[in-house]
Amino acid sequence: MDNIAGTKSTLTWAVNLSVVALVFLWLFPTLGLFVSSFRTGDQISASGWWKSMFPSEQNYTLRSAAPDTQVQEGALYVIEGNLFAEGKGGEISVWGISSKEIDSFVPGDTAELRKGGTVTVDAAGNYRMENTEPFEGSRGTRVFVTAVSPPEFTTENYGRVLFSGSGNDKMAKAFFNTLTVTIPATIIPIVVAAFAAYALAWMDFRGRALLIAMVVGLLVVPLQLALIPLLKFHNGIGIGKGYLGVWMAHTGFGLPLAIYLLRNYMVGLPRDIIENARVDGATDFQVFTKIILPLSFPALASFAIFQFLWTWNDLLVAKVFLIDATGETTVMTNQIVELLGTRGGNWEILATAAFVSIAVPLGVFFAMQKYLVRGLLAGSVK
Amino acid sequence: MHPALQGLITIIVGVSGCIGYFYFSNQFLDKVLFPARGPNIGRNINRANLVRPWLFLFPALLALGLYLAYPVVETLRLSLTERVAGGGYTFVGLDNYKQLAIEPKFWEAVRNNLFWLLIVPAASTVFGLLAAQLTDRIKWGNLAKSLIFMPMAISFVGAAVIWKLVYDARPMGQEQIGVLNAIYVALGGDEPMTWLTIPFWNNFFLMVVLVWIQTGFAMVILSAALRGIPEETIEAAIVDGANPFQIFFKIKLPQISGTIVVVWTTITLVVLKVFDIVFAMTNGQWETQVLANYMFDKLFRANDWGVGSASAMVIMLLVLPILVWNVHNARKEMR
Repeated sequence: MDNIAGTKSTLTWAVNLSVVALVFLWLFPTLGLFVSSFRTGDQISASGWWKSMFPSEQNYTLRSAAPDTQVQEGALYVIEGNLFAEGKGGEISVWGISSKEIDSFVPGDTAELRKGGTVTVDAAGNYRMENTEPFEGSRGTRVFVTAVSPPEFTTENYGRVLFSGSGNDKMAKAFFNTLTVTIPATIIPIVVAAFAAYALAWMDFRGRALLIAMVVGLLVVPLQLALIPLLKFHNGIGIGKGYLGVWMAHTGFGLPLAIYLLRNYMVGLPRDIIENARVDGATDFQVFTKIILPLSFPALASFAIFQFLWTWNDLLVAKVFLIDATGETTVMTNQIVELLGTRGGNWEILATAAFVSIAVPLGVFFAMQKYLVRGLLAGSVK
Repeated sequence: MHPALQGLITIIVGVSGCIGYFYFSNQFLDKVLFPARGPNIGRNINRANLVRPWLFLFPALLALGLYLAYPVVETLRLSLTERVAGGGYTFVGLDNYKQLAIEPKFWEAVRNNLFWLLIVPAASTVFGLLAAQLTDRIKWGNLAKSLIFMPMAISFVGAAVIWKLVYDARPMGQEQIGVLNAIYVALGGDEPMTWLTIPFWNNFFLMVVLVWIQTGFAMVILSAALRGIPEETIEAAIVDGANPFQIFFKIKLPQISGTIVVVWTTITLVVLKVFDIVFAMTNGQWETQVLANYMFDKLFRANDWGVGSASAMVIMLLVLPILVWNVHNARKEMR
């Protein structure tokens, strides 16, 4: 648009660079958590996650095999092996045998051991200890190495958080609880709101304008106001804290937006189709289920995404209406907040737990972005 | 029973109950109450059509009334009462509000909320506008938009964890694993900072999280508005020799001012209700209290329903102008 009249914008490069910077800035925090969820706790506290993509130089304290594995070769007693545990590895740059001088030798050097004998270490971590007398003691010799390790990632955290964890670490139950809250809390308001929206869009009755204005007003009522009165109400009718209560609460809180979005969409449907159907003898119920509902699919999808994201990500409503003292019905957001309190330093658990809860909405987001954007536009631009 | 199975059963029961109501109530109306046959067929159809809108509306109205309208009234009533020992309530007039007025934590929350209200909508709108304007001009703009928009899908709690890692501080001498401190130390900062415990400024570190989330929303809406600008106006400006900055500030901006207001108020509403971020990151400590979290504290920790309801009414009062404005606009549109 700015390139018309033959003037090529000189800003193109600047624009591209600024967008790269902006996207980078917006992605960087999430990326950090994502990368951290694939690192072990030690790795996370040893170096910043942004360094994990590159080979890193680290100091390790390793131990040779114990003296009881020694073999006799002629006059020599020999212990051989590799310093690195299985699956790990790296390129040793310097090593030493005392914690004060961890860089006295380069790979291939032979060091004199204090207790007698010698040790030779190569770059890959293979070592050979030789002595003219048997090695003694119950543990191996300590070797201090500085090694460059390749980037290393693990899916262990996910295994722990999803399946094998204990207590607060385990998210499987919270995951299902969240799902149990979310799905009915998304579908029920759609059903309820679709009927109401149809009535407000295509049926003539007294008080319709007033009802529409009321819906618009209720759109912005903060749900904070509803907490105590509704908790009292739920306790009063005997459902207390539980799934039923949280579904009803989410339904109530989601309805104004649902009715508003759906009604605006339904009003725009072609009048001819509906009137023809009525002339042909269709009842309102038939018009609604056979014509309006299928045609309104985009609006239904928009609201479904909104409500899904909102109920999945919700903390306050679940805390007030669902989670009781036993904690059996905890949802993921609540469990993550608890983890923040009890395991604020264990980033590997925290990051993984957070990502398990983020993954589903992100998937929905990328799959159905079109409808989300459409709904946002219908909901706010007038 | 396995939680998944339990969930599935409840989903089926809940949803089919809902659909069942609409189906059977309509059947009842058409077949039993006012059947479309017999001597009074015309009258019956008319009557059925008088009743039907309310049949369609009934569940929605019930839920709206019970879950949104009634709580406003009830909260107002509760804010004027106090629980007495042994159950029951007494009317105490404005005592709860007086109690609020002398609590320093309340004023701290009000002060912080004002800062939130000033900064978050402004920053989100500006960043959103910037992102919208820039991404509209490049080839990979849609991908860029998608990525900037992505935090919208992340829960406030998830965002809190993400940003806590950014703000993480390790003791002096250790490797810094929080980006902010790593940069700070690399730039010559003498000591890693625990950003979230620095009074006053920590509020801004919390606001960054919400700005990060809301920018995508602002961008999407404003980008649509920018595209809706008639091209002739821009062409005319180019022909008259306007440079890109003049086009943006003098031609485009005035034409989307209405949308900017909508975005601004929508984000303002989000800010007024902000709870999760503060709850998860600082829980109102180190002078980061906000109204919604203050209210939650009063209601569920101090168990003081009177004062809690009073602070909820304060939030309602702040929302009220937007509510009136929205209703006014909606009515204007319908005419």
